[in-house]
Amino acid sequence: MTARRIAVVSAGLSNPSSTRMLADRMAAATLAALAERGIEASVDTIELRDLAHEITDNLLTGFAPPALERAVNAVVSADAVIAVTPIFSTSYSGLFKSFIDVLDPDALTGTPVLIGANAGTARHSLAIDYAIRPLFAYLHAEAVSTGVFAASSDWGSHADDVAPLSARVERGAKELAEAVARREPVTAVDPFDPAQYLGEGRSFGHLLGGLAGE
Amino acid sequence: MSDITSQVQFGIFTVSDITQDPTTGHTPSEAERIRATLTIAKHAEEVGLDVFALGEHHNPPFWSSSPTTTLAYIAAQTERLILSTATTLITTNDPVKIAEDFAMLQHVSGGRTDLMLGRGNTGPVYPWFGKDIRQGLPLAIENYALLHKLWREDVVDWEGKFRTPLQGFTATPRPLDGVAPFVWHGSIRTPEIAEQAAYYGDGFFANNIFWPAEHYQRLIGLYRQRYAHYGHGTPEQAIVGIGGQAFLAKNSQDAVTQFRPYFDNAPVYGHGPSLEDFSQMTPLTVGSPQQVIDRYAGMRDLYGDFQRQLFLMDHAGLPLKTVLEQLDILGGEVVPVLRKELAKNRPAEVPDAPTHAGLVRKAYGDGPAREARPRANRGDNLSGPSPYDDTPAPAGAAFGLAGGAR
Repeated sequence: MTARRIAVVSAGLSNPSSTRMLADRMAAATLAALAERGIEASVDTIELRDLAHEITDNLLTGFAPPALERAVNAVVSADAVIAVTPIFSTSYSGLFKSFIDVLDPDALTGTPVLIGANAGTARHSLAIDYAIRPLFAYLHAEAVSTGVFAASSDWGSHADDVAPLSARVERGAKELAEAVARREPVTAVDPFDPAQYLGEGRSFGHLLGGLAGE
Repeated sequence: MSDITSQVQFGIFTVSDITQDPTTGHTPSEAERIRATLTIAKHAEEVGLDVFALGEHHNPPFWSSSPTTTLAYIAAQTERLILSTATTLITTNDPVKIAEDFAMLQHVSGGRTDLMLGRGNTGPVYPWFGKDIRQGLPLAIENYALLHKLWREDVVDWEGKFRTPLQGFTATPRPLDGVAPFVWHGSIRTPEIAEQAAYYGDGFFANNIFWPAEHYQRLIGLYRQRYAHYGHGTPEQAIVGIGGQAFLAKNSQDAVTQFRPYFDNAPVYGHGPSLEDFSQMTPLTVGSPQQVIDRYAGMRDLYGDFQRQLFLMDHAGLPLKTVLEQLDILGGEVVPVLRKELAKNRPAEVPDAPTHAGLVRKAYGDGPAREARPRANRGDNLSGPSPYDDTPAPAGAAFGLAGGAR
């Protein structure tokens, strides 16, 4: 069976970053949940901080420098995406959105996504549902219903002990693993294959419509 | 083997931007920049270049809204230079007007005319001309189908999705010698445009400026493959043009120092990647003539043997004097060597660059070319024979005597 590829996008700005800590936990839990289902998978983690200059250059020039191009390819060709961002000013970080902006608008259509976010306090937790989820809805990605929010306190003494972070992570990971398991492995699509842009077995005459009698 | 000067055409293309010179703060007036561009075009011929191509824009800070007007003036001031565009908007212009304008330019320039078609360069240009940007590709496909027909058939009946229908319409004047201007289709990302160029057996032009070469490689590779698919020849016989961008000085460090302020503030890529990074990622080459020769002699390894190489030399606020000096170096030291380099091991089956004379030869062999002469007392295009009384009669049906009566 083909191994699946999970892309993890982490938009934290500090290093070490609690966004990255959350992203790593979500990735590990997803791999475990996939393994339980007998699905082999690998993880590509993309730390957006390392690509911040390239992302800005892409916004200005229209093309991705090599390191960013590799990251973009890893995300758009993945079987599932784990997207984790800090909440800044009630929403995803600017860096996170800029990365999304350099993707082709169709690139994540149908891709299962697990959303994660972190902030100083749990008062920001609904940002997942009013800010981040609509972004993925716009992209026609298929975000699983659980989003994982981690407040600073989740990493220490005042953590939620009724629904602890680890349980929320596992729940999201399970949903993502099920979404992956339901789908066929993603296969690479070549946009420069005539069968892609014309349709299988079709010719330029079809683009001309009635003009060429095809 | 053909003469090396007819294998690959070298020239310049300009987007017609009016940009402040970042080193002096001077912004040329429209009049000043237009006059400068005319001088640049004439100088292109003086330094031995073959082609001058002009963009089309409908918003400041660009001036070139009416390329055929400008090109006609340049045609009158030059003798050898081929006048072309980069690009003519096939989406928002009426294909009837394109057919008429470029047939006119063919006549006044004595056949020194071709054109490059593109879709658009700023979102609002579509609504300004009553079009919808989401229809950009269908417009390019339908409008070109009509344009292609108008140049090849004397009497056109037409109905499409986007333009008012035509019944018994004749685009005048008929193309010079009954041969349509050569068309390049330009695209930086759209496989359907490479497909379109291949379908018609037209040329494909990759701007080769703003993006890494791999983007253009994929499109050119596709175009070559589809050119063969549609039966026009082998992939190697497809007609490819590429752009490029260079800034030259005898000493490469001087080139970098001189060009950096223009690069750093340029429209499109300014305030983005460094000059060094951008030069590495894209074909921009800032350096000595030998560096530019090495980089551009290598383009055939990326794209295969090609027919046209245009350089962007005059944008980002570079003053006229600098541009003319750049052309002196380009025409004097770079292009002659590139011609020799590109001629080495060029397979005999690779066609020469397209010219009007070549197209006439292809259509008529050694026979006489068409001379379209309107019949007396026309006005009825819908019945009866062609509105033209040709001397001599054209060979075959290639010239679209839609009336069929000859």
